[in-house]
This record gives sequence, structure tokens and C-alpha cells, in this order.
Amino acid sequence: MTVNGADVAADVEDRTLLVHFLREVAGLTATNVGCDTTSCGACTVLLDGESVKSCTVLAAQADGHDVVTAEGLAGPDGELHPVQRAFRAEHGLQCGFCTPGMVLAAVSLLRENPQPTEEQVRTGLEGNLCRCTGYHNIVRAVLTAAKDMAAEPAEVAR
Amino acid sequence: MIPAPLRYQRVSSVDEALALAAEHGEDAKFLAGGHSLLPLMKLRLAQPEVLIDLGPLRELSYIQDAGRHIAIGALTRHYDLEHSALLARAVPLLAHAAGQVGDPQIRHRGTLGGSLAHGDPASDLPAVVLALDATLVARGPSGEREIAATDFFHGLFETALEPDELLVEVRVPTPAAAGWSFQKFTKRAIDWAIVGVAVQGGAVALVNMASTPVRAVAVERALAGGASPRDAAAQAARGTSPVEDINATPAYREHLARVLTGRALEEAAGRAGLRTPHV
Repeated sequence: MTVNGADVAADVEDRTLLVHFLREVAGLTATNVGCDTTSCGACTVLLDGESVKSCTVLAAQADGHDVVTAEGLAGPDGELHPVQRAFRAEHGLQCGFCTPGMVLAAVSLLRENPQPTEEQVRTGLEGNLCRCTGYHNIVRAVLTAAKDMAAEPAEVAR
Repeated sequence: MIPAPLRYQRVSSVDEALALAAEHGEDAKFLAGGHSLLPLMKLRLAQPEVLIDLGPLRELSYIQDAGRHIAIGALTRHYDLEHSALLARAVPLLAHAAGQVGDPQIRHRGTLGGSLAHGDPASDLPAVVLALDATLVARGPSGEREIAATDFFHGLFETALEPDELLVEVRVPTPAAAGWSFQKFTKRAIDWAIVGVAVQGGAVALVNMASTPVRAVAVERALAGGASPRDAAAQAARGTSPVEDINATPAYREHLARVLTGRALEEAAGRAGLRTPHV
């Protein structure tokens, strides 16, 4: 599979979950294991550009596909993705555990709906739980990111 | 949590999938989006020895107008149902309900056929296809057969499908009867419905009120006899057998069934352009 633009190949047990492949084989630990029951969204990654919960996808199912984790969002010179930037600017995190999944869910949401209303952001992030309950700033961050990305359309491609 | 050891087989054609299913019988399970099956496997409530991954079978993902019905490939994802202009026009109940399944991540992976074949009475779409009087098409070693949705669900996680059969298509008759609604009650957006109800015209189906999705026959009879939505909805729990679990007692589920059915019938009547009787 491709992970953050690089080819990654390994022989793993058939039952290996994508999240474990990313953390333990590819060495990319931004993707967190939270509830491990398809509920919390902490393990959200992009699979072929769409948000999925990597605790509920077998690594083998992603074979031949394109995966993006939080490590793959920043630009080549390390400049943050507009969604990452907005999470920092709006303080869209408290403990930070849900943040990688939250950011990737937001990137997927904004690809499908570049100018969401506040309510659409809230329903669009239904699959991600923040145990600090920091939802207000997270929603504000996604709305800010939408505004920023509309102003700099080149960023949308990422 | 990881699933028990298994053998993963990715197939490139329906015939290959059927051959593997015939070879391994009860030891094998088809894997579509995996969002019902993999969670059960992680809890070891399901332990198939062989997983037949249907992921590459893009030919089973489509939504087509076939004249007297809409034909939907079994591997069409909830996301695709939710965003289909054809469905929004012809069968808005299905498009809307698909958009209520789980959360965006789940809708990016989960499929219509997978949800139906899994046979979980707490899932949304089995009750929806029941209310739509859909026909399900299964392909096996000796060809295809049609199964009415009303004959498809046999019990908890049990359907009319044989181990060597694959659900390939869902046919929803058109034009759909006027007026539709989908209501469900959950604690969190991502949870299964504690109770849900799907209405299309005079057909009413309930989520999570028995070991299978069920038609609310008493409600349908009352409606056909000219009862008001409120009077008809009062019959919603008749003939059901809801479970007791961590979320609700049977009595609470029965109460929810009546309340949600009332709301659904009112909304459906409004959409049908009928004057809602004052109750």
C-alpha cells in the first residue's frame, strides 16, 4: 500500500488490523488506538482520500490502496495543513488524544463539503469522540479551516 | 483486540467468491465493508476460518433505474446511497436512512448488501428494505434466485442466504408509494438504534423490536382501515418481541415504537401532501 505517498510493503498475519500495521510496521504512531470498537474515531485515517476507522479495516484490505495518516498532512517543508493550522489557532484540542483522528475526519469532511455550516460540521464529526469534551473549539477550528482553504484554493488539493 | 487467526482471500470475480464459498462452506464468511463483521470477530463472537474479501468487486457497486425498479448492487456503500441523485428522487427513504447509519467513517466502508446479509435486527437498512417491499437477488452455484425482503430475515444474524450464496443485488420497486419517514432513537449518533421505524406509504417496518426486522402489521391494517396516524401508531408494539438489554427494557422499547411510529406516520403524511388529521 501507499502510506503518506511512500510505498510500504510487509508480510503480516492475515488478521492484522490497519491501525496496528500503521503503528507497528510502518512506525507511524500518530494514529491512536482508542476504543478499538469502531466508536471513538481516534484511529481515523484517510483511505483513498476518505475517512475510515483503521481499527475496523484489515491491513490486507488496504493492500494496493492509498493511506494518509496525520504524519502525511503537512507539506514538504513541514508547513502545516490548513486544518492542522486551524486546530492550533483555535485551540481545537485539550489532551490531544483524539486530535489526529479529528483532524483527518475534518479533512475528509471538507473535501466532501468545502463550506459546511456549523451544524454540518457537528454531524460530520459524529464519528469522533473527544473525552475532554472540547467540541466547541474543534468545530470552530474546522469552520476556520474551511474559510482559510477557500481563500487559498491551492491548499485544497492536499 | 484482534480477530482470531484467519485466512484472508481477496477475490477478483463473483465466480471466484462463489467457488471459495462452496469450498469452505460454514467455515468461510464474505467480507464486504466489514463494519458489522470485523467488530464481531474482534470480540470473538464470530470466528470464520476463511474471509473472502469482496472489496475488489466494483461491478457490484451501482444504482440503476431499471424501469419498474431501482437496481442497487450489493456492494454499494451507505455513502453512495446517501449521495445518489437517482435515489434522492426515486427512493428518498433509502437515501435518507443510509445517511443515518453510524457515522461518516462507517458510511465510507459499510455496504447495503453487507448490512442486509449480516441480519442484525438493530441495523437500520434491513427494516428500510422491508418497508420498501424490496426484492433481494442471491447468486449461488446454480444461478440466481429472487427473495422477497419479507422472506429474507429468519432470525438474529440469520437470513435466507445459503452458505454458498452471495447477495448480489437489491431491487426496490418504483414508483414508491407516496409519503415516507425514517425515525430512530439512539443515545449517541454512532450507536445502533434502540428502536427505529421506516415508513413508505402504508408500509411500516420496525428496527430492533424482535429478533428480525419486522413489519408493524397491526399499524398497517389500522392505516388501511382509515385510522389516524395517532390511532394507528398505538398498535406499533403489537406482535413484537423486543429484547431487554443495557439500553432499554421491553416496555420502554414498546413505548418508543409507538412514539416513533406516530412521528413517522405524521411526517410521511406531510410529505405525501395529505392533510394530517388533527388528533
